[in-house]
Amino acid sequence: MAEESFLTDDFLRQLMNVGEVDILVGLPTHNNAKTVGSVVQTIQSGILHGFPRDRAVIINADGGSRDGTPELVTGISIDDMRPSFNLNSLRTLHSISTKYASSPSSSVAMRTILAAAELLRAKACVMMSPESANITPEWLSKLLRPIYNDGFDLVTPTYRRHKFEGQLITNLVYPMTRALYGLRIREAYSPEFGFSSRLGSQFLAQNVWNDGTEGAGVELRFTLAAITGKCRICQSFLGEKDSVERRGADLVPAMRQTVGALFSAMEPDFPAWSGIAGSQPAPTTGADQEVLLEPLRVNRKRLRSMFSTGVVELESVFQSILSPSTLAELQRIALLREDDFHYPAELWVKTVYEFAASYQKSVISRDHIIQALAPLFRGRAYTFLMENRNASARDVENNIEGLCLEFERLKPYLLQMWEKGK
Amino acid sequence: MREMIISELSQALHDIARGFAHFLPRFIVMLILAAVGWVIAYLIKVVLRSILRLVKFDKLSENAGASQLLTKAALPSATEMLSRFVFWVSWLGFILLGVSVLGILGLQEQVARFFVFLPRLFVAMFIMFFGLLAASFFSRAALLAAVNANVPSPRVLSLAVRSVIIVFVLSIVFEELGLAEETMLVAFGIGFGALMLGLAIAFGTGGRDLAQRFLEKKIVRRKDEENEDELSPL
Repeated sequence: MAEESFLTDDFLRQLMNVGEVDILVGLPTHNNAKTVGSVVQTIQSGILHGFPRDRAVIINADGGSRDGTPELVTGISIDDMRPSFNLNSLRTLHSISTKYASSPSSSVAMRTILAAAELLRAKACVMMSPESANITPEWLSKLLRPIYNDGFDLVTPTYRRHKFEGQLITNLVYPMTRALYGLRIREAYSPEFGFSSRLGSQFLAQNVWNDGTEGAGVELRFTLAAITGKCRICQSFLGEKDSVERRGADLVPAMRQTVGALFSAMEPDFPAWSGIAGSQPAPTTGADQEVLLEPLRVNRKRLRSMFSTGVVELESVFQSILSPSTLAELQRIALLREDDFHYPAELWVKTVYEFAASYQKSVISRDHIIQALAPLFRGRAYTFLMENRNASARDVENNIEGLCLEFERLKPYLLQMWEKGK
Repeated sequence: MREMIISELSQALHDIARGFAHFLPRFIVMLILAAVGWVIAYLIKVVLRSILRLVKFDKLSENAGASQLLTKAALPSATEMLSRFVFWVSWLGFILLGVSVLGILGLQEQVARFFVFLPRLFVAMFIMFFGLLAASFFSRAALLAAVNANVPSPRVLSLAVRSVIIVFVLSIVFEELGLAEETMLVAFGIGFGALMLGLAIAFGTGGRDLAQRFLEKKIVRRKDEENEDELSPL
């Protein structure tokens, strides 16, 4: 309850009017007027379908929208939904909106929602993205049922994705999280996930809000906290992943959110991950992951040239981060012709592990370390595109699995780098 | 006549002996001060070196780019350099104190001026160190941002950022030391003005094609690029 101090009086008053709830839907927003209306309607429909007898609330934490997003969230009434679905909720569905700051911050939004969940003693909670164009009412049930009925603490999603989408997840976040923490969670960083109030309160009490990372990648930190806290975790297949608002140009911010969060969690979690070898599958409802194979135009040349430019131009930076042998190997492949270019899995894993160790030792500014990894990731993405250009869904999965095993195999190398120069 | 000479000679010898008798204790005091000063300066050096190692000053200096300069000049590490510098300044202070005890006219004024100058020297060093640190940080930030934005010649941009900051820091350092203030001010004005003029001309003439390409890319070819770069990293 200590967390209620940062909530506004008006928000606390609204929460008190709601009383206790069974289900809480968290919706962080910032200028999402284009999509938030349909998302809220889908959420309401999901509650009507899946939880008509339960007390539910939608908590919108807004980061200073100027396009009327909060008004849209609170303005949509569940009564508009009932006739179209011929369904009746036995309870009132509340929608509350609070402006937590004048600029967006996923960490503050999440903290607000977790504090509200704790105050309202919600039994099961779910976070939803206000940008999801593919959201369906079933997503709510899929993310909430395992918590509500089966006693799980965290439900992470799995999606149907194009084989070339989400390469930062498939080439770094998933394999490295799996190798470190020993649990195969495909989407450790996702805007949609379900969680128990127990996990929410546990995370709220942790020192992740003021640890100098400015709450970057709080969703990933939440998943990692669930793993290290020995919580019950499962995965649920939702359907097609939407990528309307995400572009290749957003790579550096995406790396800060994911790789930065993962690297910064490694230091406090060292006792938890250092002794783990291999990995275990997480219980999954539905498909583990589905892959779409339709043709997609990708600017491969740009990826390749940005890798080579990065290796040449950032040599002085890499000298502080990488071992001489890894740097020499990168410089060698940077000179290869486009047809011969190949960034092998082993070299990629060593690169990432050396970056993680350098991040821990703060050899240069930590944010600069993350930024310096971006051009190298582009090189790996190019190789992934080339390797899987004509690959079937099974081949793609096999390639990802191979990379994961490489991350697991080279974990002693990470430990060696980690301990070196301590 | 002979007696006069002997008398003057004995008087001179007497004066010399008296002067020497006056000078000798002072000289011994000076030697003692120098010896005690050496011991104190040495202790300061050892303590400072330990503190600097504890706070990982070498790493900080490496980040500032100062270590690279020292290595290139075949000098010891930044910790060792600073420790030695403080040792010599401290010992020199004691020696000068000893010299002032000798009571030599003119020297006392110079000694006083040295002690007035010391704080300014330390402030200048402080500004120089953190200036180098800032130059290194911002030039690296510019380099990384330029590489990730696929801007042509990122190293030139980074070097420009570093140069501007270092020139600015040097001008402050010289001003703090009171060395050739007017010359430095004029040199800084001319240097900075020339740099800005150069950049303006470079952007105006050399960047014409770049600006054209930039606008074309933004306006004309935007749709093609959008079709090609829609890969989401997450």
